[in-house]
Parts: sequence; structure tokens; C-alpha cells
Amino acid sequence: MNTKKRGLVIGLILLALLFAGLYILENTISSSTMLITILKKGVIYALIAVSMNLLNGFTGLFSLGQAGFMLIGAYTYAILTIPVNMRGMIYQYYDGGIVQFALPAIIGILCAGLLAAFFAFLVGLPVLRLKSDYLAIATLGFAEIIRAIIQYEGLGPLTNGSNLLRRFPTFQSVLYPFAAAAICIGAILLLINSTYGRAFKAIRDDEVAAEAMGINLFFHKQLSFVVSSFFAGIGGALLAMYQGSIQVATFKSAMTYEILLIVVIGGMGSVTGSVIASFLFVASSEWWLRFLDNEMFIGTFQVPLLRSGFRMVVFSVIIMAVVLFYRRGIMGDKEFSLTRVRNRLLNRKAGRNA
Amino acid sequence: MPEKMLELNDITMQFGGVVAVNNLSMYIGKGEIVALIGPNGAGKTTAFNCVTGVYKPSNGQVKYQGQVIVSNHPAGKMKALYAGENRDRYPHVVDPTPDKITRMGIARTFQNIRLFKTQTVFENVLIATHLHRTSNPISAAFRLNWREEQKMRELSLEMLDFVGLSAMKDELATSLPYGKQRRLEIARALATRPKLLLLDEPAAGMNPQETADLAQFIVEIKERFNLTIFLIEHHMDLVMDISERIYVIDFGKLIAHGEPHEVQDNPDVITAYLGVEDI
Amino acid sequence: MNGFERLFPYLLAGVSVGGQYALIAIGYTMVYGILRLINFAHGDIFTVAGFFMVYMSATMPLVVSIPLTIILTVLLGFTVERVAYKPLREAPRMSIMISAIGVSYLLQNLMWYVTGGLAKQYPVLPWLSNSVTILSATTKIVTIVTPLLTVALVLLLLQLINHTKTGMAMRAVSRDFETAKLMGIKIDRVISISFIIGSFLAAAGSLLYFTNYPTVTPTVGAMPGLKAFVAAVFGGIGSIPGAVVGAFLIGISENLIKAFGYSTFSDAFTFALLIVILLVRPTGLFGEKTIDKV
Repeated sequence: MNTKKRGLVIGLILLALLFAGLYILENTISSSTMLITILKKGVIYALIAVSMNLLNGFTGLFSLGQAGFMLIGAYTYAILTIPVNMRGMIYQYYDGGIVQFALPAIIGILCAGLLAAFFAFLVGLPVLRLKSDYLAIATLGFAEIIRAIIQYEGLGPLTNGSNLLRRFPTFQSVLYPFAAAAICIGAILLLINSTYGRAFKAIRDDEVAAEAMGINLFFHKQLSFVVSSFFAGIGGALLAMYQGSIQVATFKSAMTYEILLIVVIGGMGSVTGSVIASFLFVASSEWWLRFLDNEMFIGTFQVPLLRSGFRMVVFSVIIMAVVLFYRRGIMGDKEFSLTRVRNRLLNRKAGRNA
Repeated sequence: MPEKMLELNDITMQFGGVVAVNNLSMYIGKGEIVALIGPNGAGKTTAFNCVTGVYKPSNGQVKYQGQVIVSNHPAGKMKALYAGENRDRYPHVVDPTPDKITRMGIARTFQNIRLFKTQTVFENVLIATHLHRTSNPISAAFRLNWREEQKMRELSLEMLDFVGLSAMKDELATSLPYGKQRRLEIARALATRPKLLLLDEPAAGMNPQETADLAQFIVEIKERFNLTIFLIEHHMDLVMDISERIYVIDFGKLIAHGEPHEVQDNPDVITAYLGVEDI
Repeated sequence: MNGFERLFPYLLAGVSVGGQYALIAIGYTMVYGILRLINFAHGDIFTVAGFFMVYMSATMPLVVSIPLTIILTVLLGFTVERVAYKPLREAPRMSIMISAIGVSYLLQNLMWYVTGGLAKQYPVLPWLSNSVTILSATTKIVTIVTPLLTVALVLLLLQLINHTKTGMAMRAVSRDFETAKLMGIKIDRVISISFIIGSFLAAAGSLLYFTNYPTVTPTVGAMPGLKAFVAAVFGGIGSIPGAVVGAFLIGISENLIKAFGYSTFSDAFTFALLIVILLVRPTGLFGEKTIDKV
């Protein structure tokens, strides 16, 4: 009990330091620098990755429907928060659209999560009884159906069909997404460490044994699915705010694959792993590997291979390497813990002195 | 006659063309230790699975403390294969999921130990206390259920202490030696606070000394937790040592029933086991 | 123009694209039957075959580029299996599926890189691309050839599976992986052959498909791939005739949906079908039920 409380206090202090650091950072460098962009996008992906890890890594449900729930979240947020005076212009093909009110951003975000959770509940009813491979393909299928429905011209007055939605409230400061993500990830961590989280892990390890110990599979799978999708919806809303405009095409299944790969790289079953891997992913794809996309000349000799698109190829190869050789990912199924770091350092010291 | 804790009536389990359990009828009285034995593949674990809701029997009924908890009758094409009054004796269909059965007070262990591999010894037992929770996910997440959580932990520690595994409570469950893993599985089942405990080949892979210890242990837990025990075994020594009554099945059919000494001398039983080495 | 005449071109298109889906679907169903793996990369192998053809035919005569495309595609399928799936055979199921997703991701990014993001035009294959008129519907010859070729190839494959030693080995492995291994069946060989056959058929399918829809982009194979997979699930994953039936059903239905004016939903139909079959009969039309032993 004592170590746990101490860990919690240290965690909170670190979090406070983080926010202080971000605040200082933001006020010293321009907000359009790569670093700030990566922090914003990275933390949003972190939330989404953790929500996916809850479902895939902690409960063992191989679901590929994340993009669908993110899409629902993003669109719910946008539809509910676009200022009324803008609607005429944005919904120009649909006579200003059906929704003629605007809610505050926070309410919009909450609704995004709730609606995503609601649809997850509906989808879960038939789908969660299926075996793992079939679950994957069924959730993928539902994500595609959701995409088709939202793109449907007939729903244009609500969703603007295949046109962009924009001019909804966005955030300026990097502290905004960090605060939102911290609260959400914190909630997920609390759930994981509760008795329900233990039930999730039991289901992941051995469904049959879990059931024999009195754990109702369907209820707990639904719980995990709904909670995961709630936060995926919030992630989708935050992503909308980050991008400034959204359209259905962004939320293809390719996005789900990217999140899945992030979770795998970070370690299925590790929240800290997902967070770290998200930042690594965003930093690599947006920033560090950017140079690979640019033609480079040494004197008059053009370095072969380096041109647009090479960055993603290198990136994919790295991911394959992780999947094949480092299957447990960066953190395996462990969380970051100062005691572990301290023990490892102490062991090293003891080894040296012996 | 003690109250009947568990009753199997005409339980039949058919997989495609194979009849794994054939009209098995048996009962277990409250507080008894009853064994179901038979050669490998006789259908013992299948019978267990019919009781615990893992399989839905093709025909027959299971009663627990006088109430019907599992019931089914053949339907459609299957009907033709079942002759006699047996077929229509159980018109109602009761098909619970295994977790429901456990919550009624029937716990089980597995033939091929099924521990939670990524969890520690303590966590394995702790998970088994979840079923008696009264908190909902939100209150659990925000720790409003701290009293309940504390009770769960105390119960788990108590169980571990009882089976003698307290010292290794923070080890990974799979790092335990085989014999201790079996004890852990039993501790886990006990943490669900059962009234009836189903043990599936608990002595598998044990040497005579370990088997004797296990026998004593089973009697201890029966006394301590006021249990009724239903045992599947293959190991004659354990069965003869502690069972009050024994049912013998072969090829899914009941071939003998009685007290240990009666069964031991039964010629059908000997034939069934002939050629099979008693390990 | 009466109702049938209006529908006929759509039916033709449906039968034709159904045949193309069938050729892809067989690859999925064979690999799943043997490895229990949903080969997410299969649709991308189909697309890569299209690109092979585009680049080969730009510098070589068709007589060379067609067989070369097929050979390279088969080689690609074989290599993917050896490099990305074989090492994970003992790993939990999720790992190998994630690897398949990773391969799919890699192939798509490779294609983007090589093509520079521009769509490529598929070369015109003589004779197949010629127009022909049937019952007042004008279409290309490839539309007629596809279903015939598909059926011929499938019959050939079924012969292989049911009447050769290799085929028997494949059936054994797909029935019970562990036991087949213990019985001395060369698992690696059986698996490689499945991938080779699957890739061969995908290459054949790509020749036909891109003659009909000549724009090739890195993501163009995703939809046909997914639809072919649904076809395989519908027919009973592991059953080749089932996959073919499913593929024709999807091809025809989606074109009929377009005929009635709901083109936006033609893709969604496939997924609705998927959901329905998974709910009503997850093992598919001709699939087998398996019982998990506890």
C-alpha cells in the first residue's frame, strides 16, 4: 500500500512537471514548429492507442474497428459544434444542414465519446460472440459500413456527405489535448487496475478458465468494447480539432492498422508502451525520417533511393522488424516503474562490486 | 440419506457421430466425496463439462440442490437417434453459461491446468473473487469500492495461506512447479466460495507421495470449507483412499457403482481397465 | 429497352468481376484453411501484380511480360510467406495476423514510393480488350473470358486437391495441422505450395481485372481483396467451391445494386453480407463446425 501511494504521488508530480514544462515550451517557441505539432498529434494518438490497447492488449479482443468509432466521434463533435452562422456556408449543398444549434466544445467532445460508445454497444451485441479471427473481420466490416453510411448523400443534411466539415472549435495550446488525454488515459488506467481490469486480463489469458471462475464473458467483453470505443470517439473528436477539418476519407481502415502497429510496437498490455510508441511513431513519420523523402546530392552525385515516399518504406520495414523480432514490443506487458529502474541500477552496481 | 447436492439424470452428450456420454445417471449427496472413474477417453471430463455449462448435453438434466440447472432434449434430426421415454423426459431447455453455474456455487479445476499465464500466483486467486463483487465498473475504477477490494484481497491471501503458497504469491503462476500449480488451481477455485467442488484429475502426473498428500489435502478442504466433492480420476490410489462412493464409466456408459471395495472387485471394471497401466 | 436488357450489362459485369474476385478469394481461403491466417497482404499482392505488368510491358513485349508478371507475383507470395509468416508459426494467432497487416502496410508504401503517387495505366491486352456485342450489350471480350477461365482454373485446382498426393497432404494439413506434422507431411512444402497457387491465381485475376478497370493505384486492390475475403468467409473459409460461389454472388449482387441506382451502397453490401453470414452461420455455406475441447 505504501509503495503504491508513493508511486501515485510521484506520478502526479511528474505529470505536473510535464504540464509546467509544456507551458514554458509553448511560450518560448513558435507554435508552428515541428516539436509542438508532434506533441499535439502524438498525445492524441497516444489516447487512441491506449484505448485500442485496452481492447486488444488487455482483453485480448482482436478488433479492427477503431477507425469507425473515431470517425463517429469526429463527426459527432463537428456536427454539434460548428457555429450556427457558419453552417450555411459549410452545408452549402444541403441548405445549411439539419442541425441548427451549436454546443460548447467540451459538451461536443463528451457527446462524441458517448455516441461512439453507443454504436459500439450495438455492434458488440452480435459481434463479440465470434471467434477471434472472425471478430477482426467483422469489426473491420462494421467500420467500413459506418464509413459508407456517413458518406451517403442522403444523410448530407446531417453529415455534409463526402464534403469537408470545418470551422468547428479547435484548440490553440498544446496543453489542451494533453489535459484531455491525461484525464482519459488516467481513467483507463484506473479501470485496468480495478477488479474489472483483472477480469479483462483473465479473459485475455484464458477465456474458458475465466468463465469457470464466474466471469461473464459477454458482459465484460461488451464493457471493454464500449469503454474502448468511448475513448476512441473522444480521440476522434480531438483529432478533428487538431486537423481543423475532417472528411470521411481520413478514417479508412489504414488508420486502424497504424494504431494497431503502434500498440504492437509499444507492447500489447502496456499503457506506457502505447504512449511512448505513439510519440515515436508520430515523430518518425512527421519529422525524423522526413529527410529520407528529400533528394540529397553529394557534390553532383545523387544519392539513390532518397525521394518522396522512401520515408514510409523505411518506416514499414522497421515496423516489420519489430513485429518479427521484438514481438513483445518496447515495454512488453509491463508499465514503466521507477522501482524497476532503481532495482536494475542497483543490480548493476552490485555486480560491479562483487 | 443426505440431501442430494448434485444429480445427473440420463445425461447424454453426442458430437456428430460420437456418443461421448451415454445416459449417465448419478448423484452426489451433500458432504460426500464421490468419484467418477474410467479409462482414458471414457467420457469423464465431458460429463463434467455438461454439468458446468461448457457443453450443452444432447439429452438429460442436471439438478443442483434440487433445482434443475441444465436440461435439454434432442431436437430435429437428432430425435430419430434417441429411442424410448428418455427422449421426451426433459422437455424444458435450460442452458446456462459456465459463469452462471459457478455463481451458483459449483467450482471446478481443469485436467490440463488452466492458470492465467501472465498473472502472478496472488492475482490468479484474486481474479476468482471478482464474481461476488457488488460494485459497478465506474465505482470500481474510482476506488469507491475499496472496502470490497480489501475483502477480496484478504480472501485471496487466506486461500493462498491455506494451500501453502503464500511465500510465492508474487511469482508468475507459470513459474511454479507442477504440483504447486495444481494447488494454485484448487486455491483459485476455492476463492469463488463454492459449495460443490469438481476436481478434474487432480493427481495427474503425481508420484505416490504427492498423491497421498493430495488425498489428505482434499479431505482437509472438504472439512474446512464444508464442501461436497466430485472427483474425476484415473489414479486408483487417490480414489480408493478418499471416495465414499465410486461410479465407473467406460465408453460413456455407466458400468459399475458402489463403495470402493465393491467396485474394486467388480469384474466389468477390471475388464475395462485391463491392459491399462495404473500409473 | 425492357428490364432484362437494361440489367444484362450489369449481370455480365457482375459475372465477370465475380470471377476475378473468385480467383483472389481462393488464395485467401486456401491460406486460411491451412494456416488459420487471414492473409491481409493478399489483396496487395494482387495490386503488385498489376504494377508488375504495367512496368514490364513498358519495356518488354507482352509475350514476355505476361509470364514474367505471373512468375514474379508467385515469387513475391512465396517470399512473403517465408519471411513474414513462417517465423511466427508457433506464435499466438494475433502475432501472425499483425505481421500480415504489417506486410500489407509495407507493400502499399513500397508501391506509393515506386510509382511516385501517380496512377498508372494498365497496358491494353490484345484480343481481351476487344469489344464484343451480346444481346445489345457492348462489352469487352475479357468479360466473357473471365468466368470461363475462372471455372476452368478452379476445376483444375480441385483435381489437384482431390486426386494428387500433394492435394491430399494439403487437405490433411488443413484438417489437423499438428497431426499432419507428426505423420511426416512436409508442412513447409504444403504451405509454400498453397501460397504459390494462391499468388498464381491472384496474378491471373489481376490480368483480367485490370483489363476491365485499367487504372492502377497502390490502394486499388484493397476493396477487391476485402470483397474476395468476404466471399471466402461466406462460402466457408477453407472451402474452395464455397469461395467461388461467394465471389460470384458478391460480384453479381453489387452490380445489380448499381443497376438499381444505389452505387454508394454497392461496397457496403459486401460488408452487410459479411455481418449476416457471421451471425447466422459463421462457418459459411460449406464450412465445417469445429468443437473446441476443454
